[in-house]
Amino acid sequence: MNMDFIANNVVLKADNIVGVRGDRLLFENVNFEMSQGSVLYLQGANGTGKTTLLRMLCGLSKPYAGNISWCGENIDALAEEYYKDVLYIGHLSGIKEDLTALENLQFSIALSGKRVTEKQTAEVFNALGLSKGLNLPTRMLSQGQKRRVALARLWLQDAPLWILDEPFTALDISATERLKQKIEVFARDGGMVIMTTHQEFTLNIPKFSQLRLDENVIKKVA
Amino acid sequence: MIESNQNTTSGITHLQEEKSNVAISMSAYSVLLEILKRDIRVALRRQSDVAAVFFFFIIAASLFPLGSGTDPKLLSAMAPSVLWVTALLSCMLSLSRIFASDYADGTLEQMLLSNHPTVLIVLMKILAHWVLSGLPLVLVAPLIGLQFNLSNEQLQILAISLLMGTLALSLIGSIGAALTLGIRGAGVLIAILVLPLYIPVLVFGAGAVNAVSIGMSPNGALSLLGAVLALALVFSPLASAAALRIALE
Repeated sequence: MNMDFIANNVVLKADNIVGVRGDRLLFENVNFEMSQGSVLYLQGANGTGKTTLLRMLCGLSKPYAGNISWCGENIDALAEEYYKDVLYIGHLSGIKEDLTALENLQFSIALSGKRVTEKQTAEVFNALGLSKGLNLPTRMLSQGQKRRVALARLWLQDAPLWILDEPFTALDISATERLKQKIEVFARDGGMVIMTTHQEFTLNIPKFSQLRLDENVIKKVA
Repeated sequence: MIESNQNTTSGITHLQEEKSNVAISMSAYSVLLEILKRDIRVALRRQSDVAAVFFFFIIAASLFPLGSGTDPKLLSAMAPSVLWVTALLSCMLSLSRIFASDYADGTLEQMLLSNHPTVLIVLMKILAHWVLSGLPLVLVAPLIGLQFNLSNEQLQILAISLLMGTLALSLIGSIGAALTLGIRGAGVLIAILVLPLYIPVLVFGAGAVNAVSIGMSPNGALSLLGAVLALALVFSPLASAAALRIALE
C-alpha cells in the first residue's frame, strides 16, 4: 500500500461551519481539513466558541450550518461508526469521584469495547507519574491528579482522532511535557489531534497548524 | 475519489489494528453489563442515597395503619392503594439520580460518545436504577403488607404486581429524568411530568391486588400491567436517549 498517498488524504473535513449560541454568532465559515498525522491547534480568546466547535466536531452538538465529514461521510450519518474513531476529553473530565482511579480508567476503556488489565493501567499511571492513592476514591485526589486519570485514556484507548479541550489544565510541568510527547508520538504514527489550550504550545511534527477562531485564519506552522 | 476514500478508511483500520494488541476486545453484551455493574457499584458507595428511598417507603407506608384506627377491614381495603402510591412516590424520589451525577461529571458525555447505541446504554442505567430502588421495595412490600392485614394470596399478587410495576416506573420515570437534566428545580418538575404518566401503572397494579380482595382473578389487571411494561420497555429508552442528546447539546 502506498502510505504517502494515504498520508496526504483528507480524513476529517469541516466545511463552512457556523456556530451560534443563543442568538449570538460565535464563528462562521470555519473550514479545515485533517489528514493522518496532522494536529490542529485551536486558538481564540475566552468566549470565541472553541469548546462549541470541539463539541460539534465530536458529534455532541450539531453545527448551526455547515458540514463535518469523516472519510467523506457526514458524521451524524455515521453516528456510532464515527464515535468509535474519536476520543474526546472535554472540560468535564468524566471521572466518577466515588470510584478509584483504576475503576474509572477501566470503565472508560470498557466503554470503547476494550478490557485492560491492572498491569496495563498501572504502567500507564506510572508513566503519568500517578503512583499514590490509586486505591482511594478519586474525590480524594488533587485536580491535577484527576486530570491525569482522565488523560490516561489516551495511552490505552485506540482511536485515530483525539479531540482535547484544554488538556493541560491543572497539569504540572512534567505531566505537561509527557502529554506533549505523547501527542507528538501519536501524530507521527498517523494519529490526528484537534486541541485547544491557553498555554504557549508548539509541536515538532510536520503537519502542525493553528486556527485562530476569532480571526478565522489557518496558519501552517511547519 | 471514492477509491481514495476507501483507501483512507483502510489506512485508519490499519492504524487501529496495530494498536489493538494493547487491550483485549469485549463483546457489546459485556460492555453493557459493565455499565450496569458500574452504576450499581457507584450507588453502593453512596449507600445513604439508596437506603433513604428504602426507608422512606417503609416509614411512609407504616404511618397509614397508625393514623387510620384499628379496623382490620378498613386497613386491608386501603392497603393496595396505600402501598402502591407509596412505592410510586419513593421511586420518584430517586429518579433524578439516574442521569444527574453522570451529567455533572461528564461521564454521560463519554457514554453518549461510545460506539454503543445510546438506547441500550440508557436501558442499562434504567435497569441499574430499578435494581437499586425498585427491587428492594418489591422484597420488603410483603412484610409491610402484613401490617395491613393482607391475606397470603393478596401479598403474593402485591409482590408480583410491584415486580412488574416498579420496573415500568423506572422506565417511564427515566424520560422525566432525562428531560429535566441540567434544569434548576428539576425535582418538582420531574414529579409534574412523570406522575400523570404513572397513572396506568398505579391503576392496574393496585387493581390486581384489589381484584384478589373481592375474590376475582387478578390476571386481567396483571396482563394490562404487563402490556404497560412492554410498551415502556420499548419506548422509554428511545425517548430518554433522544432527551439526553438534547440535554447535552
